Amino acid sequence: MVSDYSQYAWLIPLFPLLAFLALTAMGRQLKDFGIYISIVAMLASFVVALLIFVERLGGRVEDYTWDKLDWLKIGDWTLNMGFEVNNLNALMLVIVTLVSLLVNIYSRGYMKDDERIHVFFSYIALFSFSMLGLVISENMLELYIFWELVGVCSFLLVGFWYFKPEARAAAKKAFIVTRIGDVGLFLGMLLLFWYMPGHSLDFSSIHNAFTSGQIDPGIITWIAILIFVGAIGKSGQFPLHTWLPDAMEGPTPISALIHAATMVAAGVYLVARTFDIFQASPDALLVVAYVGGFTAIFAATIGVAQNDIKRILAYSTVSQLGYMMMALGIGVSYASGMFHLFTHAFFKALLFLGAGSVIHAVHTQDINEMGGLARKMKITTWTFAIGALALSGIPPFSGFWSKDLILAEAYDKQPFLFWIGVIAAFFTAFYMSRLFFLTFLGQKRSKHEPHESPASMTVPLVILAVLAVGAGFLNTPMNAWFGRWLTGEQHEETVNWAVMGLSTLAGVLGIGLGYLMYVKKSIARDFISGKAPWLYTLLNRKYWIDEIYNGILVKPLQGLGLLLELIDIYIVDGLVRLFTYAVVGLGRVGSRLQNGQLQSYGLITLLGLLILALAIAGRRFIHVG
Amino acid sequence: MGTVITPYLTLAAILFCIGLYGALTKKNGVIVLLSIELMLNAVNLNLIAFAKLGDHPALTGQIFSLFNITVAAAEAAVGIAILITLYRNKGTTDVNDMDSMKR
Repeated sequence: MVSDYSQYAWLIPLFPLLAFLALTAMGRQLKDFGIYISIVAMLASFVVALLIFVERLGGRVEDYTWDKLDWLKIGDWTLNMGFEVNNLNALMLVIVTLVSLLVNIYSRGYMKDDERIHVFFSYIALFSFSMLGLVISENMLELYIFWELVGVCSFLLVGFWYFKPEARAAAKKAFIVTRIGDVGLFLGMLLLFWYMPGHSLDFSSIHNAFTSGQIDPGIITWIAILIFVGAIGKSGQFPLHTWLPDAMEGPTPISALIHAATMVAAGVYLVARTFDIFQASPDALLVVAYVGGFTAIFAATIGVAQNDIKRILAYSTVSQLGYMMMALGIGVSYASGMFHLFTHAFFKALLFLGAGSVIHAVHTQDINEMGGLARKMKITTWTFAIGALALSGIPPFSGFWSKDLILAEAYDKQPFLFWIGVIAAFFTAFYMSRLFFLTFLGQKRSKHEPHESPASMTVPLVILAVLAVGAGFLNTPMNAWFGRWLTGEQHEETVNWAVMGLSTLAGVLGIGLGYLMYVKKSIARDFISGKAPWLYTLLNRKYWIDEIYNGILVKPLQGLGLLLELIDIYIVDGLVRLFTYAVVGLGRVGSRLQNGQLQSYGLITLLGLLILALAIAGRRFIHVG
Repeated sequence: MGTVITPYLTLAAILFCIGLYGALTKKNGVIVLLSIELMLNAVNLNLIAFAKLGDHPALTGQIFSLFNITVAAAEAAVGIAILITLYRNKGTTDVNDMDSMKR
């Protein structure tokens, strides 16, 4: 069936771009009106994305590719730009536009008192444009351009409150650390360019080349791993995860949009988009799976010992992204990873926006200074609880179904990773229950009188809560319809009760332990930290990864930078200064001769004449050509 | 009447050097002007000597020296006039004080 709406997919990034231009040009004059422009533009994008998505849900609609824009011609090689719509990126379009729309609405309430609110909205619009462009990109280079653009937006938004030194440092860190990954992606792209037949970089050619086995397996592994390095940087996988928790210095809606739901998922999307390359190389898949699995459990354990509400959620994001990577690395298909991305986008955006609502009310991010908010903030509490349950993988919330799908695949292919996944799920449930109980139940510990947030903030929470409950039913072990739709491959529907039982048990145990420790208090809070303080410190200090990087990478590089700076100041600049001093000195001597004394001028003229005479006379005796 | 040019040239050179020395070292503006006259006359002497005893004797040199005398007279008149005006304004004829163009 030919698609009716897919040809208009280029409109989707265009609306936010127009909003960005309008807000940049005259945001100050437009005042509140500019914010509505941004919201309406996102709404328009969402409507188009939804039309495309619903149409594709209806039946087997052909993929649509438009690449008529000749962007670069070298000899007889042409680089086209264009866009492509298939089921995978139609799904991403809906996720990005929906979360972006809700975050836009939410930000209107959250950022109301900020003087630079129009700048904030223009950045969000630019981000939405870049992210949507990334999603519908038709070739690798186009994707890379948008990939860097979202990185820039992330930098701008993390450093939005640039008057805070921590925010400045975090913005720089986010940019520099992800750049390390981007270099990997770029190298992978160059290798791909070199070895692809006809040097083509568009995804359909990549699909054809890698499924028909035209490329040397050794090279494939290199390409896949280098592309994965890019995904590691963007999606905060170990060892480049350090920037993501620090990025929480940005405004909370940004944490929800960029650092939970969309941009950090771009790495997962990239791997899914180039999944043919990974499937052609079992070694690369193994690397992806183990990096993902390790990140999942590693970040989950750190999350247990954090006290900042946003940092707990940030480590949870890192952990869940690890889950997605692990799912992709198991290699059955990209359906499970993308499904987790889909559900995670909703419940994690919900959790971050809920956290924003809490921060808005109590003006602190430390969960030890909260407590007892449930009585005052009913909507926030209920929606947050739904998000927490979804993240903990409790049936029937969406997180359960996506996690179950991943764990079922791991159970069949990589039993070791299955157990890692279950343990990570236990930690996830534990730190989420700890977060929830300390924040919303118990005694009030805040100095501020909490109040429910305005409707512009609670309505997005409710919508996301509905999605966090319902999104999981798209794909259940009983009916794996979503996975078939996404990949076009047939998979047998197997209901693995053991996996379901174990993952639910892990979630319930985690929550139960949290309940006993923080509500019933029948297990002391310092049960573990009292007996093994080193363990608590290790987790609280995030395994000292930041300190290690600081010691072995940052400090030596800064030393090298200092050395180069000294060379620049004293040798390069010194040489230049020497010249200027020489010329200035010469000028001084010259100006001293210019003293207005006629007789000294005469004397100098005489001397000059004598020298000339001597020179002419000397030529008789010495032959100088 | 001798036919050797050397004594004339030597005398002219001596006169020229005395004039040059005076022009470059004397403080008094009048003396400087006089020294310049001395140099001019040394040149005149050369011109006449060459006109009479040079390789190609001709009247041109003598006529040129007459021109020189006329111009020198005019120059001396203008120079003295300037010196007098300066003396009226600054109360001195010391050439070291005449550096107002520099400022």
